Amino acid sequence: MSGDDGQREITVDNPWQRLRELTDARIGLGRVGGSLPTAAQLAFQMDHARARDAVHMALDTERLMPELDERFALALRLHSQAADRSEYLRRPDLGRRLSEASRQELARLPAGSCDVSICVVDGLSARAIHEQAIPFLDAALPEIERLGLSPGPVALVEQGRVAIGDPIGEALGARMSVVLIGERPGLSSPDSLGLYFTWAPRAGRRDSERNCISNIRPRGLSYANAARLLAYLMRQAQALGASGVVLKDDSEVDSRLGDGRTGNFLLPPVTGAP
Amino acid sequence: MAEHTIDIGSRRYRFDSLGALMAAATPRRSGDELAGIAAASAEERAAAQMALAELPLRRFLEEPLIPYEEDEITRLILDRHDRGAFAPVAGLSVGEFRNWLLSERADGESLARLAPGLTPEMVAAVSKLMRVQDLVLAARKCRVVTRFRNTIGLPGRLSTRLQPNHPTDDASGIAASILDGLLYASGDAVIGINPAGDNTGTVVTLLKMLDEIIARYEIPTQSCVLTHVTTAIEAIERGAPTDLVFQSIAGTEAANRGFGIDLALLREGREAALSLHRGTLGNNVMYFETGQGSALSADAHHGLDQQTLEARAYAVAREFEPLLVNTVVGFIGPEYLFDGKQIIRAGLEDHFCGKLLGVPMGCDICYTNHAEADQDDMDMLLTLLGAAGCHYIMGIPGSDDIMLNYQTTSFHDALYLRQVLGLRPAPEFEEWLETSGIYRHGHGIAFERELPARFQAVLGQAQADATGEEAAP
Repeated sequence: MSGDDGQREITVDNPWQRLRELTDARIGLGRVGGSLPTAAQLAFQMDHARARDAVHMALDTERLMPELDERFALALRLHSQAADRSEYLRRPDLGRRLSEASRQELARLPAGSCDVSICVVDGLSARAIHEQAIPFLDAALPEIERLGLSPGPVALVEQGRVAIGDPIGEALGARMSVVLIGERPGLSSPDSLGLYFTWAPRAGRRDSERNCISNIRPRGLSYANAARLLAYLMRQAQALGASGVVLKDDSEVDSRLGDGRTGNFLLPPVTGAP
Repeated sequence: MAEHTIDIGSRRYRFDSLGALMAAATPRRSGDELAGIAAASAEERAAAQMALAELPLRRFLEEPLIPYEEDEITRLILDRHDRGAFAPVAGLSVGEFRNWLLSERADGESLARLAPGLTPEMVAAVSKLMRVQDLVLAARKCRVVTRFRNTIGLPGRLSTRLQPNHPTDDASGIAASILDGLLYASGDAVIGINPAGDNTGTVVTLLKMLDEIIARYEIPTQSCVLTHVTTAIEAIERGAPTDLVFQSIAGTEAANRGFGIDLALLREGREAALSLHRGTLGNNVMYFETGQGSALSADAHHGLDQQTLEARAYAVAREFEPLLVNTVVGFIGPEYLFDGKQIIRAGLEDHFCGKLLGVPMGCDICYTNHAEADQDDMDMLLTLLGAAGCHYIMGIPGSDDIMLNYQTTSFHDALYLRQVLGLRPAPEFEEWLETSGIYRHGHGIAFERELPARFQAVLGQAQADATGEEAAP
């Protein structure tokens, strides 16, 4: 084992390595025999370490509350029944329920109703909320307004799961609920925001009664497309009086899929075919 | 509900019901602790296992864990139970059944005959008395073979699902992962995409795209877009070239309702796929995924342990003669399977239970970034499942699913397992790999810097597409 020449001989690079421009997927890693070369193995370990760290990052409520105050008539700071991250990870049931203090805070609000309850929840990636929540809201709020709908108070929730939007929406008398939540961090996407839409939120709603918009981040689904998709869900849910699997996503939101052939180098146009 | 008791020294352990006994006998895992049904101490767990070992297998036919009237999965299990097939073990206790499984009496033929006579509860019960090596050995004896455009599950074979997911379903991004996978000899179980959303138009386009790729490169495999069964039915109605219909399933009626499905809907999905007559070698047209914890997660667990409920999901699966079934063992998170140790054992239990019930089991050997697990744990489960005769594993570039945000097995992992255990791809696919100059059994990847002829044009095409895009305004 001496010097670069020997290493070059045993490591086989893949000529399609440059296709990495087309995707974040770890393609063209090369091989030693059939195994991962050392550099690729170490890069993976580093990314795993970063994703592990992201899970344990705390939500920066001090920075987020003023941003929400600017955009909503009322911004609430709420907490689930999970006291800390360790309990949150083991007890998803506690992450779905509001702490006693938060319940009381909601109960103290003057009785009322609203069209849309919006919750901003740390979930498994506070980083996703730090980076995507405000720009997404700036894209989504005008869409909601265009539908003639008015958002109620916004809630910033710590140590929360998706279903915590149900008791909040119920307490606010909301016709529908939007939960923005940090998705579990991937190796290549520790910053991905998820959105869960629920018609007539109330405690006990099933997951099949929600619609999900996933992977909202600059390198994933753009804020504008996610906001348009949300507006589509809101329109359809109002027509159906329901959300979830009964509400088929049949929107014309332009994805990068196109017709599946354009840009698909595996399917170039067949020339000279009969 | 009958109480079960066992005396250990001066202490008497009581279990309120058969379900409580099963839960207490289950090797420790976070999901059962979350549900509040796990054994309170290590001794109680061992005592429960002793009590369970004494229980006659036929008790599971007399005392359903979820009442017949309340749950269509219980009805399916009992209505489909074949007493004739059950006869060879009808007189055994759970503990004696373990001995039987490990003895010479249990072989590929006798186990295949027995499968319709076993219920999920019986196989779950016996698995709780088994060590890792027992789960490997007994599962390895089982023979389940399925066919669509190739043959999956033959002895000495290991297939892979090529999983080219992309967070925005970008056509060139998906194509890049498919090419990477094919050139690393992956994709004989299925080329299966989890789409980023459930948009029917997107699903139809993806199905057409996969169909064209399989046809153009003459790949003896099948495709699937893993969308809700209702979306798949709608896509078929719109003329989408659908090979396999996918659905996530669970072991109780209420948990399946949480997924928005019931048995009638699955039947409808299967009939829609069968109506297309697209299989060339066989008619196994369904693809199911499962995972311990799904029922609890849907608050539909009836106080039963997650491993028993998981086995009940395989009764749902076998009703529809699937091509592929895999547990997504570490996907659901640490609240159900806390760490590598729990994930490894669960993966082997699921594989064993599925195989014993006659289900073509594969495994998504995986973990999330909030679980106490890493690549070393996955290597252990991978190697053990290879020894156990697992039908297929996932294949993804560099283990990193950039859409679902979890880590599963890579193309390289499958090459490792084939090399270490001498496993071959499905025969039809192996022949395609050889004639294409991609892979040779016993040698490994068969090319270095020069692409196999079949794929030589694609890099030029990718280059042209890229330049074309740059030239556009």
